[in-house]
Amino acid sequence: MSVIGVIEYGSGNLGSVLRALQKAGANARVIDAPEKIQEVGRLLLPGVGSFADCARLLEQGGWPDALRAAVQSDGKPLLGICLGMQLLASASDEGVSDEQDSAQSAGLGLIPGQVRHLQDQGCSLRVPHVGWNSVQLSGQPDALFDGIPPGTDVYFAHSYAFVPEDPSHILATTDYGVDVVAAVGHDQVMGTQFHPEISSRAGFRLLRNFAEAKAC
Amino acid sequence: MLKVRIIPTLLWKQFGLVKGVGFDSWRRVGPVLPTIKVYNTREVDELILVDIVAHEGDEDPDYESIDDFGQDCFVPLTVGGGITRADQVQRLLRAGADKVSLNTASYLRPELITEIADRHGAQCVTASIDVRTDPEGARECYSCAGSAATGRNPVAWAREAEARGAGEILLTSIERDGTMEGYDLPLIESITGAVGIPVIAAGGGGSYQHMVDAVLEAGASAVAAASMFHFTEQTPAGARAALAAAGVPVRTVFTGA
Repeated sequence: MSVIGVIEYGSGNLGSVLRALQKAGANARVIDAPEKIQEVGRLLLPGVGSFADCARLLEQGGWPDALRAAVQSDGKPLLGICLGMQLLASASDEGVSDEQDSAQSAGLGLIPGQVRHLQDQGCSLRVPHVGWNSVQLSGQPDALFDGIPPGTDVYFAHSYAFVPEDPSHILATTDYGVDVVAAVGHDQVMGTQFHPEISSRAGFRLLRNFAEAKAC
Repeated sequence: MLKVRIIPTLLWKQFGLVKGVGFDSWRRVGPVLPTIKVYNTREVDELILVDIVAHEGDEDPDYESIDDFGQDCFVPLTVGGGITRADQVQRLLRAGADKVSLNTASYLRPELITEIADRHGAQCVTASIDVRTDPEGARECYSCAGSAATGRNPVAWAREAEARGAGEILLTSIERDGTMEGYDLPLIESITGAVGIPVIAAGGGGSYQHMVDAVLEAGASAVAAASMFHFTEQTPAGARAALAAAGVPVRTVFTGA
């Protein structure tokens, strides 16, 4: 099993992520500079934050090109969690106002799609969507949810959600008044809107699945 | 469907956990670490850990202790107490917190809510609102662990906290705190009806039925309790079963490996 590099770019609940990976039996370490990507076999992009801010932090740290190269040229599996999943998208509505230029909302573009506010997706319930909600698997073949049956409760905490351009990139959804994308996958790039690191045993299982997922 | 969360609240003072009545008469209830470990083993939905004396000093939050406490915690952990600056939040997240709760500092400098929400997202900021109700029924927000009147009206302050970027409200009735006589349902209803963010009911929970009432009658998204878990035989798992029996959606614990 290759080492998982947890990307430290100034955001994310790194403490919880590292402990959960260890608990899941994965070999993980923090990587705080893009050149260290070569030391690891797979990558985890955490995220607790606002899209525009985190996209800017990634940019400042020189991460976007390095991450795209690691995934697209070297075939390293990448898992984005919560905002880390949203950052896989092409762009986000979050943090965009008239005064700001659109570059601020650009994501990594690893999975085509937009990140939109839950209310703009038709959700009329309380936002943020916080707490345990059950995942419905879309039936796409994927190893991430091995051993995790449909209906399993996992922990969400978010106001925005990913809307992939290609529905076949949706691995799972959850019901919050509307269908909210709970997990995406495109080749070796994966993302979960929920937080496996604080979803107890179901989360450990998912992290272990990622740690053992075949690299391309 | 989103599940209603049952959240044990842990109040931390110097070397251990305490619990009082009406934010006073604190009694020791045990050490922090083993308690977190037990709740983690029982797979509670979430934990709130508040350092109740942190606001008295001007020191940073105790990152080292939070780091220790986080070692055995794999459920969402909200940490509160002594947070006065946005840069402290990144260190708390690094130490094992998943969210932070703001109280005293947010009254002194309400922009703090926005600064943290801009940086870490609304879902990372819980506005903790402690409310006293006088004999005539007038309500007021209190800071400094219930000891300082702020002049703020709870409904107006809850709306302001939401507008400034808070993602949740932890609403505590100071009079009900520790009494186990039941949540202040009219108070909770006044806030759940005023804001569009989730509200966690706290203060007074003493039985499973109280929790059912807070959810079904007052619209709470989550229920927090301390005394009933510290001092009675009732447990978060028991609460989950009772809420389910009353028709409230609760989490099903994953039993796979």
